[in-house]
Amino acid sequence: MKFDFHRNHFLLYNTAFWGFLVLSLIIAVGPAFRAMQTPPTPGLVELTPEEQRGRDVYVREGCSYCHSQQVRPLEMDLPYGRPSAAGDFVYATPQLLGTQRTGPDLANIGNRQPDETWHLLHFYNPRIVVPESVMPAFPWLFHVKDREEPGDIVVPVPEPYKPAGKVVVATRDVLSLVAYMQALRQPKLDLKALGMAEATPSGSPAAEAASSATDEAALGAQVYANNCARCHQANGQGLAGIAPSLVGDPVVTAADPTEHIRIVLEGLSGRRIGGQEYPGRMPAFADVLTDAEIAAVINHERSSWGNNAPKVTVEDVRRVRGQ
Amino acid sequence: MGSASILPKVRLQEFLEEDPALTRLIYEYLVWATVWLIFGTLVGLLVSIKLSVPDFLPYEWLSFGRLRQIHTNTVFWGFLSPAMVALALYVVPRTSRARLHSFTLARIALWLWNFVVAAGAVTLALGYSNGNQEFREYIWPLAIPFASGLLLHVYNFYQTIAARRIREIYISNWYILAAALWTAVLYTIGYLPWWQYNLGQTVIQGYFMHMGVGMWFTPFVVGLTYYFLPKFLNRPIYSYALGVLGFWTQMIFYSLIGTHHYIYSPVAWWLQTTAIVFSVGMLVPVWAGTGNFLLTMSGKWDTIRRSYSLPFIVVGVIFYGLASTQGTIESFRSANVLWHFTNFTVGHAHAAMYGFVAFLVWGGIYGLLPRLTHREPSIWAVGVHFWFALLGLLIMLFALSVGGTVQGLSWIAKQPFIDSVVKMAPYWLWRSVGGLLMVASHFVFAYNVWRMRPVGVPRDAAARVTAEVAA
Repeated sequence: MKFDFHRNHFLLYNTAFWGFLVLSLIIAVGPAFRAMQTPPTPGLVELTPEEQRGRDVYVREGCSYCHSQQVRPLEMDLPYGRPSAAGDFVYATPQLLGTQRTGPDLANIGNRQPDETWHLLHFYNPRIVVPESVMPAFPWLFHVKDREEPGDIVVPVPEPYKPAGKVVVATRDVLSLVAYMQALRQPKLDLKALGMAEATPSGSPAAEAASSATDEAALGAQVYANNCARCHQANGQGLAGIAPSLVGDPVVTAADPTEHIRIVLEGLSGRRIGGQEYPGRMPAFADVLTDAEIAAVINHERSSWGNNAPKVTVEDVRRVRGQ
Repeated sequence: MGSASILPKVRLQEFLEEDPALTRLIYEYLVWATVWLIFGTLVGLLVSIKLSVPDFLPYEWLSFGRLRQIHTNTVFWGFLSPAMVALALYVVPRTSRARLHSFTLARIALWLWNFVVAAGAVTLALGYSNGNQEFREYIWPLAIPFASGLLLHVYNFYQTIAARRIREIYISNWYILAAALWTAVLYTIGYLPWWQYNLGQTVIQGYFMHMGVGMWFTPFVVGLTYYFLPKFLNRPIYSYALGVLGFWTQMIFYSLIGTHHYIYSPVAWWLQTTAIVFSVGMLVPVWAGTGNFLLTMSGKWDTIRRSYSLPFIVVGVIFYGLASTQGTIESFRSANVLWHFTNFTVGHAHAAMYGFVAFLVWGGIYGLLPRLTHREPSIWAVGVHFWFALLGLLIMLFALSVGGTVQGLSWIAKQPFIDSVVKMAPYWLWRSVGGLLMVASHFVFAYNVWRMRPVGVPRDAAARVTAEVAA
């Protein structure tokens, strides 16, 4: 047999086969094994069986075709959390990093949107809480019953989405899925422990962007839309049982802004407001937003929808943060 | 038909006297490919409509997340793959001056694949997905019959080529059999289920989803074109050496670029950079192929205009060059910031799989099948297929490329996320309009396939000989 690719089929096809196999080992299999040896990010928690079950529902419904779970080290990704580290994914098989963002990134959704009722409504029909959403509704994750039975978790579906004369009850599938959503929390990176310079919120790219935004009103509206409108809604009216209306709310319109600032910094849960029970939890924004962003969004709330309360300054936010 | 400005298409001058058993085998492949084309693209259209009307058909097994997987896998493994193999069943024996090694094995492989695509659609609709890993979503038990079918093709083509009655292995057969071998490697690495975890699986996912296109569809259909283009133009390929250069650079450069689907991800930075570098290297085989084909066409434009198969090949060749170059550009970090995660990438995928691969396959079918069955389609119906498919694709590409750019700019401007959804609404609508035209063209294609059916072709060679003797 001559060494001639044109005439020696054994040689030609063996070269092609082994060539590609060796290249595959170098470029894919080797690096994959290396990636699998990444130690977990300190503080990373394994999913509970129930959360893992929810992750299986996530895969079954193909959520990752629209939602990524990776935050890139880019300014535009800041609303989703800190940049993802390789160690964040150690317990995540199958991998669900995703290649599309028709919907927002979910790497840190458990911190950004912890409220169970919000998620249940959102899965029953996303348009209940986000009118412009194009996400599918998942009615098959719910039972529609004539009346509530003991042990049922009834979803407070509002008109016109509520089936007439019926109650909507969460199935185990959707409860697992919500548990998984709540478990998607990025562990905090202790940059000092990793020997890297600590980036305080005021030194982050977001802060720089904020200081370059000359129009505080625009910044406030933007921060509100990205972080608050999901629950309190674009018109400030809130969602019954999930988040109170901000229109004319005593805290939002109080002359002393301390309480308002504190709630944004630390979050809130289990409080009765205006005679209505709010069993859910509002997330804390102290680590998510800069002082300038918090001042801007608070001023947005204090001056929109007919509210007309005294404005706060970045200094006020800094003061409350320091307390 | 009226206007004098329309050049009359020329009917075939030459028919091939081929083994009727081969003709029937090829036709069987093409019928099933057509069935899956129509099913797969109807699903695609439904998926597309759901982005405009999210509460349309809100049933579990018709939901977006499940149907999207059925769409991509059906057109990949149900339509394009068997259609390419159908053409190779002619090209490989023909260029080897040998009979296809085994008709039985080829038929078994077809039914293995049909089973996988049908069972895959059902299991995905029921929610059984191989972890949403793009293009390897069929659960692993279905990967076994699929890989078996692939290995049957490898064996069948290898034996046919080994039994060739000319000394040289024609360049088409380099590409076609190597593509099948490469995909066997790829499929094994991608599907072995017990070794991939977490970010390691991400590395393999980038490798699999890129190589599924780059080492299967691309070399296979390029190999077919190295036969059909010179054949239909009745002139030799411009440069045989460019074909050989393209082959080796395909193997070396394409293999290394999978991670360019995960730019700025937590996957190792050096792997991302390597992928970007070789995405530029990829331009060598791409333009070796595209240039070679265009130079082969050069000066034969009149023949092309008068043919009803060659215009498909022209479109396919142009999209080969454009879509691949677009892919290279998208891999650059600067461009990736704007376009990654947006619908621009969905447009790119359609430019490659439809504009490039599907059009070349159609060109091959319209050129080959009538020569085998001695039955030509209605030239007007072929024209309708061509223009609906092309116009639909262009509308879709325009909508997704502009829309994807708008999406990316909205994120960069740090507008609220929902703004990017609201802004996409008109583009998604136009994408569905384009998709509707494409699906309509597939029904016309199905009619054309039916018109080209082998009527009067004897069951086997012996029958034909008997008939001739009797006459």
